This record gives sequence, C-alpha cells and structure tokens, in this order.
Amino acid sequence: MLASPALSDLVLSKVDRRIYLTSHIVRISSTLEVENAGPETVSKVLLAFPDLQAQNLAYLMASPHEAKAKVKVSVVSFPIDVVKPEDMPPGVTFYSVSLPQGLTVGASFTFDVLAVFTHALRPMPEQIGQADIQLVLYQDSAYYLSPYVVKVQSLSLKLLDSRIESYTTLESTKVQGSEIKYGPYENLPAFSSSPITVHFENNLPFAIAQELVREIEISHWGNVLVTEHYKLIHGGAQSKGEFSRKFQGPSAVRYLVAHLPPRAHSVYYRDAIGNISTSHLRGDSKKTELLIEPRYPMFGGWRTAFTIGYGLPLQDCLYESEGRRFLNITFSSPMIELVIDTLIVKVVLPEGSSDISAAAPFFMKQWQETKISHLDIVGRAVVVLEKTNLVPEHNQYFQVYYKFNRLSMLREPLMLISGIFFFFVACIVYMHADTSISKFSASYLAKQQWEEVRVAIQQVHNIICRCLATHDKLEASLRDLSRTGEVQACKAARKSTDGLLKELSKELKPLMTFLQSSPSAVQVLSKVEELVAKERELLEKLMAKHSTAVEAYEKKSGARDIENRIALQQQKITALRQEVDDLLEFIDEI
Amino acid sequence: MAAPETSTAAVPTLYTNNTLRNAFGGVLSFFILLLIGVMAFSIRLFSVIKYESVIHEFDPYFNYRVTQFLAKNGIYEFWNWFDDRTWYPLGRVIGGTVYPGLTLTAGTIWWLLNSLNIPLSVETVCVFTAPIFSAFASWATYLLTKEVKGTGAGLTAAALLAMVPSYISRSVAGSYDNEAVAIFALIFTFYLYIKTLNTGSLFYATLNSISYFYMVCSWGGYTFIINLIPMHVLLCIVTGRFSSRLFIAYAPLVVLGTLLAALVPVVGFNAVMTSEHFASFLVFIIIHVVAFVYFIKGILSPKMFKVAVTLVVSVGLAVCCAVIAVLIALVASSPTKGWSGRSLSLLDPTYASKYIPIIASVSEHQPPTWPSYFMDINVLAFLVPAGIIACFLPLSDASSFVVLYIATSVYFSGVMVRLMLVLAPAACITSGIALSQAFDVFTGSIKFQLSGASSNTEVDAAETSSSTAESQTDAVKTEKPEETAKNRPSRKSKKKEREHGEKPSTKAKAEKKRLLALPLESSVISLLLLVLLGAFYVVHCVWAAAEAYSAPSIVLTSRSHDGLHVFDDFREAYAWLRHNTDVDDKVASWWDYGYQTTAMANRTVIVDNNTWNNTHIATVGTAMSSPERAAWEIFHSLDVKYVLVVFGGLVGYPSDDINKFLWMVRIGGGVFPHIKEPDYLRDGQYRIDSQATPTMLNCLMYKLSYYRFVETDGKGFDRVRQTEIGKKYFKLTHFEEAFTTHHWMVRIYKLKPPKNRIRGKTKKSKSKTSSTTSSPKRSGTKKKNPWQ
Repeated sequence: MLASPALSDLVLSKVDRRIYLTSHIVRISSTLEVENAGPETVSKVLLAFPDLQAQNLAYLMASPHEAKAKVKVSVVSFPIDVVKPEDMPPGVTFYSVSLPQGLTVGASFTFDVLAVFTHALRPMPEQIGQADIQLVLYQDSAYYLSPYVVKVQSLSLKLLDSRIESYTTLESTKVQGSEIKYGPYENLPAFSSSPITVHFENNLPFAIAQELVREIEISHWGNVLVTEHYKLIHGGAQSKGEFSRKFQGPSAVRYLVAHLPPRAHSVYYRDAIGNISTSHLRGDSKKTELLIEPRYPMFGGWRTAFTIGYGLPLQDCLYESEGRRFLNITFSSPMIELVIDTLIVKVVLPEGSSDISAAAPFFMKQWQETKISHLDIVGRAVVVLEKTNLVPEHNQYFQVYYKFNRLSMLREPLMLISGIFFFFVACIVYMHADTSISKFSASYLAKQQWEEVRVAIQQVHNIICRCLATHDKLEASLRDLSRTGEVQACKAARKSTDGLLKELSKELKPLMTFLQSSPSAVQVLSKVEELVAKERELLEKLMAKHSTAVEAYEKKSGARDIENRIALQQQKITALRQEVDDLLEFIDEI
Repeated sequence: MAAPETSTAAVPTLYTNNTLRNAFGGVLSFFILLLIGVMAFSIRLFSVIKYESVIHEFDPYFNYRVTQFLAKNGIYEFWNWFDDRTWYPLGRVIGGTVYPGLTLTAGTIWWLLNSLNIPLSVETVCVFTAPIFSAFASWATYLLTKEVKGTGAGLTAAALLAMVPSYISRSVAGSYDNEAVAIFALIFTFYLYIKTLNTGSLFYATLNSISYFYMVCSWGGYTFIINLIPMHVLLCIVTGRFSSRLFIAYAPLVVLGTLLAALVPVVGFNAVMTSEHFASFLVFIIIHVVAFVYFIKGILSPKMFKVAVTLVVSVGLAVCCAVIAVLIALVASSPTKGWSGRSLSLLDPTYASKYIPIIASVSEHQPPTWPSYFMDINVLAFLVPAGIIACFLPLSDASSFVVLYIATSVYFSGVMVRLMLVLAPAACITSGIALSQAFDVFTGSIKFQLSGASSNTEVDAAETSSSTAESQTDAVKTEKPEETAKNRPSRKSKKKEREHGEKPSTKAKAEKKRLLALPLESSVISLLLLVLLGAFYVVHCVWAAAEAYSAPSIVLTSRSHDGLHVFDDFREAYAWLRHNTDVDDKVASWWDYGYQTTAMANRTVIVDNNTWNNTHIATVGTAMSSPERAAWEIFHSLDVKYVLVVFGGLVGYPSDDINKFLWMVRIGGGVFPHIKEPDYLRDGQYRIDSQATPTMLNCLMYKLSYYRFVETDGKGFDRVRQTEIGKKYFKLTHFEEAFTTHHWMVRIYKLKPPKNRIRGKTKKSKSKTSSTTSSPKRSGTKKKNPWQ
C-alpha cells in the first residue's frame, strides 16, 4: 500500500478486451500493456471493476502475456483500501496486481487478465414458454474501466452462432458473424465509460449448483472415495405456461458432462430415492467422461438434487514428502460449465491422522470436524473448505497434508478379528458352563440323584425284562420238548439260558449296589430288591420245573405224570410271575 | 444343536456310539442350517443385483417412511406421531394405527449398527431386513419341524422354506413389508407352542407369549395364530389328548398373550372386544373345565364321579346356554357382528365384493387361480398330501397341529391370494416331512439290501441311523407318560396300557421295517426321482426369485431387440414433485400412489394405501369420475394443487388409472350416488374408444390421461386397451399440464387458480358462475361478488 503509485504515473498503452459470451459464464480476457510514465519504479497495477460486476466476479487471474508457463500473480482483493478519496469515483472495486518485477521508468510490460463472471447474463424476457428460445442481456462498458489513461483500446464480444436481438451501436461498431467489435478508441481518460447492452439468444443450459458438497474420503487400503452432492437449478429464464412432452425446450438442461480423473472406478449416480438410470460412462487413458441426465429435463427455474460418486486409486492422488503424506486432488466439481454458488469440500482423513494442514491456491474458509464412520472409535479428522461463487477455472489442485502411521491401518481389522474371537470364546464358555442358579441347593442335588436313580432303575427294569424273556425261552424249550421229545435240544437251551442269565445277574450287581448306596433311592429300594428277589425265586422255580420235566422225559414217564409233577410248580411260577409283573409295572412308573 | 441326547433310555451298549454319531450329526446339521440361512438371504438379493438397492412397491414405502421418522425422532415421538402429510385435511395418527413390529425391528437394527459406528443408511437397513428375517424364518421352520418329526424333516423343511417362491415374493431385498418379519414370528410362535406342548415347560410357554406379542406387533395376521392354536387345543381335548402340557401350552398364552397384545396401540381393546379373539377365550374356558373335570375324576371314586357329572352337566348346560345366548345377542347387535371387514371376507369370500369395494379392489385380496398355486408353492403342492399322511403315522399332538395348520391355511389361501403366504410355511413343513420320510425309507432299504439280511447287527445299526426321526418321536413319547404319571396317579393304568402296547410295537417296528424294505432297484430309482423333483423345485424357485419377483415395480424394464429399456417414470415424477413444487402443496391421486408420493415426493396427499376412510377415497374417486368443472370444485375444496394420474397407454403399462377407473367409479358411487357405474359403460362394456359414453369421455380421468395424447402418434392409439381413443382433441379449462414423464406413465396437472370475476363477463358465462355460487364449498371461502 505504501508503494501505491500516483495514478497518473502509469499509462495503459494498449488494452485489448475480448468478452466471451458463449456460455452462461462470462469470461473477459484482457491484454494490458502497461507503461511507466512516472518518475519511480512501480510494482503494482490496479484493476478496476464496477461494483455491479465485482459482485459477480468469481475468478481473476493475471499472467504475463508471452510466457508459456503461467506465473500466478497474486490476486489480492482489497476493494475499500485502495479507493483514493480525492479522485476515485464511487461504485468501483479495485484489485491490485503485483508485477513479477518492478516496472522501471519508461519501461512497459504486457500481461493478460482473465476475469470470470457468473450470473452476469440476465434472461430477458424473464419468463418464457417451454418451446421458446432464451434471450439474455449483457451489459458492459465499451471503454475499459481503468484508473489509468488508456491510449489504445478495443473490445470484442464473442457470441454464439445465433440470433442477436439487439446491441448498442456506438461509433466504429462492427458485427462480424457472431462477433461484435467496438473500437479502436484512442486516448481516453481514466474512468471513462460508455455503457453497451447486447441482447442475444443463448440457449445453453444455465446449470447452477446452488450447493455442492464434495466429500473426499481417503482409505489407505488403496482407495480415495469421492462423493458429490449436487443441488442444481436451471438459472435461465423461468419456465411458464403449460408443460408438454412434445417440445424439447431449447434451453433445458438435458444432460451434464463430468470429466472425471482417468482411472476413476465404481462410478454411481443416484438421488434420495434411488439410482438414476440415465447415464453413460466412457473412459480412456486421459480422462473418464461421465454423461449424466437428470431425472427430468430441467426447464428454467426447475431444481433437482443428485449425488455422484466415484473411487480413485490411492497412488493417483496421494503422495509423500518429508515424512508427511499429502492428498493432491482437484478442488471443484468435475462438471463442465457449471457455476457453483457454494462449495463445501470435506476431506476425510483416516482415523489416527495428525498434523493436518491444507494448502489451496485461493482464499477460502477452512475448519476441521470429526466424522465417525465404519468401526471408528475416536472418529476421523475432516478438513472442511468452503468457498462461494465458483467457476470451472477454480478446478485446480489443492493439497491436504497429514501424518499417518501405517500401523493404524491394522486397527480396524484387528478389532473385528478380536471381536469375533471373543464372541466365539464367549460361546465356548457359555456352552461349557452350567449356568443353573440352584446348583448347590439341596433340591437340585436331590433331583440330580433322583435322575441317576431313575436311570439305574430303568436299567434294572430292562435287565429284568430280558431275564423274563429268557424265562420265556426256557418255557418255549419245554414246550418244544413236550412236542418233539428231544431232550438234548432242551438241555442245550437250558445251558445257553444259564449263561445268559449269569451275565444278566452280573450286570445287575453294580446297579443294585449303586441303588443301595444312593440315599434318594431308599423309598424304592425295597421294591427293587423285592423284585430282584422274586425274580430269583421265579428263576429257581422255573429251573426246578425245567429239570423235573427234563428228568421226567429222560425217564420216559408218561405225559400225565409229568404234568402232575409240574402242575404244582407251575402254579407257584404263575403266581410269582404275576407278582414280578406287578412289581415291574410299579417300578416302570417311578 | 440337534438334540443329541434323545435316546438315553435306549440300549446302553449303543449309547457311546450314539453320542459320537449325534455330535457329528449336530455339527453337520448346524452347518447345513447355516448354509440354509445364507441361501435364504442370498436368493433374495436378485432384486438388488438386477435392479438396485431400493424399496419396492407401495406399502414398503410407507414402512420406510415410518422407519425414517423413528430413526430420526426416537420411539416416543413415533408413538405420538400425527402425520399431517397424508389424508389431508384429516391426517392420520401413525403411532396408533400402524403395526409397529417391522418398523421397530428395522429401527432397532439401525440404531444398533449406528451405535457400533457402522453408519448404514436407514434405507439399506430396510432393504435388507426382509432377507435377514427369511433366514430366521427358515431356522424357525427347522425348529418347528424338528419338534414334530425330527432333525431330518426339520432340515428338509428349512431348506424348502428358504426358497419357497410364495415367501420370496414378499421378502425379496427391498420388499420391506410387515409379512417379511411376520412369517418368522408366525413360525416361531408355532414352534414355541409345540415345544411347550412337548415339554410342558412354563419357560417355553412364556417365550411363546412374547413371540406372540412380537407377531401381534408385526402383522394383522396374528388372528390366525390366536384362532389356530385354540382350534388345535380343542382338537386335542376332543380326541382325548388332554394333558397338563396342553394346559401349560395354552393357558399362559391366552392370558399373557392377550395382555401383551392389548399393549400394541393398533390392537388395544380389540384384543378382548372383537370376535376374532372369542374363540381363544371360549377354548380357554373349556380347557379349564376339562382340567377341573380331570381333577375331580382323580379325587372321586368312579361312582361318585358319575353322580357329580350328571349334576354338573345339567346345571352347567343351563348356565352355558344362558351365557352363550347373551354373547350371541351382544355380538349380533353390532352391525358387522364384531368382525372386521377383512376377517369377514375370509369367512365369506363373497362378502367384500358385495359390501366393501375398497377391499375387493385390491388385487391381492382376490382369490388365487390354480396356476398361482403352482407358481407359488410348486412341487410342494404334490408333496403336501404325502406329508399329511406321514403326520398321521404316528399321530402325535405336534403332528396333529401341523395337519390342522395345513388344512386351515389351504382354506385361507383359497380365499385371498395374499394368504398364500401363510400356506407356504405349512406346505414346506409337511413337504419336508414327506421328503425326509421318503428318503428314510429309500435309503434305509438300500442300506438293508446292500448289507444283506444275514448280518443282523448291521441292520440294527442301519435302522438306528435311518430312523433318527422315529427314535426321537419315540423318546418324546416315552417321556410323555412318565410325566403325566407323576401328576395323575389315577390315569396311570390307562396310560400304561398304551405304553405297553407301544413298547413291543417299537420292537416290532424293526421287524416290520425289515419287511417293508423295498427292492434295491426301485428304491434307487425312486430316490433319483425324488432328487429330480427337488432339483425341479430349486430351479423353479431360483427362476421365480430372479425373474418373477425381483422387480421393484417402481422401475420397470423391458427387453427388446435393441437392448434393455428402463422405465423409471414413477421416480421421475416423484422427483419432479419433490424438487419443483412447494413443500406444502397437496397432491391428489388415486390411493395406490399415496404412500409413494408421501415417501418419495415428500408431498401431502389426500388419500393413501391405508384405506381407513372410505368417504375420503370416495371423494377422490368422485372427482376423478366427474367432469372437469365439478372435479375442480372438489379438488379446490380439498386445497389440492396438483393432480397425479398414471397412464400406461403410450408404452402399454397395464395397471394404470384408466384400468382402475371402474373401481373409482364404484367406490365414489358408493358414497355419492350421483356417480353411477352404468353411465360409464356402453352396454356393460368398459371402453374408451369412440363408442364410449359421453360421461366417460368427459370425466376428469379420461381427460387427464389422454390430454394431448393424440400428438404423440397422430391417432391416439392406446396400447393397453388396443384401441384408438374416443375423444382426441380437447382442451383443459381448469387444469394445466405441469409435468409428464418420459414415457407418459405419470402425468401431473396443476389446478388453475380460480378466475377473477370481471363485471363484463358475468353475463357471458352465466351458467358457469351460477354453478360456482351454487357450490357451498367455494362460496364459504370466497368473498361474494357485490355486483352479482
């Protein structure tokens, strides 16, 4: 500020302005030749814009005219500070460009200034029918607004190849095809202006994102996920009257084109209620082109909202320098010719990042948040950047630096593994532990013992049943004997049953001892013992009967005789059998 | 898992051998079950893979919206939610009129995941709720069938249920409807009932009431449970199968279940007031009487008992008659006899078509056609009879329940196509039993034939392995009498006899089995045929899941020679409404689209799929069937800004509003008699071509559907009705086209604002203004013109 020169010291020897009105973004590219006519070296040049324009100014860049590599010249906006009360007219905003080196006396320097304006085209009429063409109005000055004297200047407006409704005619105005030329004008004093108005047809869709939230999420597993939430409006002439599918509507937003980075993958396009099925994706090694159609063609004033998302390979945008990692990715939307009113960029860094800073090519609001996402404990650091009024020229690379330890990548998988591991451990513990409450209470123990007793009794029951079955066999052999008279077979049967019964009684012994020892079996023990005793008795009788029968047969005594002999025994046997059966039934019911 | 210790009482020498086998079998069946669950889940993902992860159809959108509200505002707000964005201007008390089970389930899952820092969206949770619960349902089927016929049948039934098309149709990913969780709850409740019946455990009885509570929360179909279980209890009592286990299975369910059911706001006092629940209380009384009788019988001598019976019966009959008479009088005094319309139409299939057009108009309330049985349960339809026979050999309490279940559900599915869903589990269970029994027989005989009859021991082994199912039911049976014996000593002898009769019969069974063994060749061939049958079923199910039931119905696709066409018109229209109309604008449409409009477009609707107010729906129906002017009056009185109609004539989408129009006329005419159905029909024919009646050609629905339609092809050819339309060129005076989707499937019209009355014009359009003033609805709100 201290070096602010006397305004008359500088002279713009040549100004060449070209205004591009070929889309809804107005770009003014001017080539300025500055000459130092004053006594001292000057290092700053002031650019002036009327306030009305300055409101819409989205982007301003000055670069040397010849140089191939664009040297970014600092663009500082200090509109109020520069105003010189004495001879600065009101309603003008100034920007100061610092030149790469001071301009010595008499020397001259040529540089380009690119100014990009949004919302500078006013639809006229403001409401059109669906089938009507869209006419817009552009207003500017035929003379270059400058605090310096301009020696030679010219202006050209580049329009689309379409109808020009009207334009202001001044001296030396020419129309060449779609180009309107004003000038050259010579030796105009500072702050001279002459308003011009161009009213022309512009059917290009006025796609404006009222709000765009970009979320860039870094995963060190190899992916950078970009999600962009758009709130779109057609900013052209409002649609009025009846809708009809028949008319396409020349100015409707039918599709949008996004140029995604070359190796973008997993692209999706959806909104709050699901996928939007109209999109095309083409890719080559240089770029990925995504063409998306909104759910419905957007006429003037219509709105929509949607989300696109894609993944990028980590190595394409993440680098390392001096022990810090940095993300290098474009700042703004990949859509072409889209005006963004408010852009919020959120860079979600992996959990455990530290020492975070962001570097952007232009000024913007910046703050940090935390976001809790999949399996996070403390949450992920989020760098939030916010800027208003953006044009495609803002789509430059920006960097977010952070420190990240590779080991923290393993935290979440380990957490999952240990979670599942502990789940299984818990399952194992549960399966092996007896969780019944009354484990040591008397009733529980008694119940358990009773269960054991029941099992034992059941086994006794089984054994007795089998014994009885062998008894039946003996009886059967006797019957066979009476039928066939084969003593030998009968004896053999007797032998085999003897063996069987011995085995059974052996099996019975441990059970009986168990029952006798068990305290809870007291009330049934007597019955069981009785049963066993009766069975024994029955067996004895049966054996006796058997042997008498066999003996009788061996002696070849008469059938009647045998029967007489047996009859008595038989009576006892049936009585016993009855008792045993009763006892068995009783025991079975325990 | 698979109940290894079933045969403790069996031969002890085989015991150790069996535990190993059982442990192995347990692990195996655990993994089979796991795979069944995975299959049940993944077969339902076709819709997500072929289309997208999106909520389907109509009702799910409402449930989704409610879940969103729940997730956002919490449970207390949810109970008190008065929704003013639907049924305008009446509104709807959502918390008190919705079955909250599904919403609460999904809300809980969402909350749980979010508190574990897994930020899934509510939509994702909703989309996948149904597949998850169908996995649960197949596990519940396993448990239920295992209780009835053993592990083998259980696994088969679970596998069948995992992919039965009828259930898939209601539970594909995205089909976020009550039935998705309700079928699980239904089967699980039945399982717990059977489990209680088999064990007599009060623990399971309590679980059963809780499960019943969940079912009540989830679906109106809970009345099926509360009627089927009493029926079964009654059956058991009548066939002399009363036991303390039956009492424990039933009495707590009625008491606890009814108390819990009354907690659900939508049920409330209906749990004791409506006729659907009377059967349960009646049986509750009966079971107590029976229990009391058995008790008396136990303490009295037979002679005394006889005297007591005659005394009680004579007194009791008189009292009963009096009570029943009072009950009948009470019930008969109410117009619907205490039954809700849907239940009545279940008992009398012609009821709805006679009296309630709004129920009859819903396609899923129509009786099904025969092909739909084949489509929905496929080969199960043939296996079911075999399964029923298998249930009778031997008939236990549990298997009699299955028989009763299948019989009733077959009837209900015959009345309403929607209730095919209740039939599906029953069909799966019986078919599972049939298949597994058949496999048992065939594999058993193959084993027998291969090993040869000589080696007895091996045959025994084969038997024990092949008839695990039997050994289990046997085990159940042996336990049964023992427990009753404790309670009722007097009944011992009787039980004993049966027990004894069975003991040798198990021994004899082995003998019989040996005789029943089929020849090797025939059993191998039959096995192959069974496998083929199963394969056919699997192929059909996968086809049904992939092709027939995966479409979300809000996105339509058609395949033609030049590739796949996507018709995304519905969402196009809803998105347009959402973004380009004022947030408080009211949208009128036929009630089918109400839920979707509130959920997807977030706009207030006049009527929606919760058809609780017939008059309101009739008003909309009347407006749609009135001429433009009168319709405008009606809509304007309802503060409607936009009218939405669905029109399929351009692309041939058959379920559009013109095809539903007669229902609008009927429902409208039911309340407003000046709308008469014959006016819209030419000689009883519904037509829209040049032969159509003038009433039809001038009604709002016709005009909104066909406005400027002729401009598309110059002739106005309707591809759904396959005719040229009757009236081609006409203008709208009170409506203005606001939006039409790409394929013309949804057309949205805006009501023109009322015209200013200019003095000079009063005379010109006298007829018009007079009709305006005659309408009381408008004159009430508008200031009277002083010059008139």
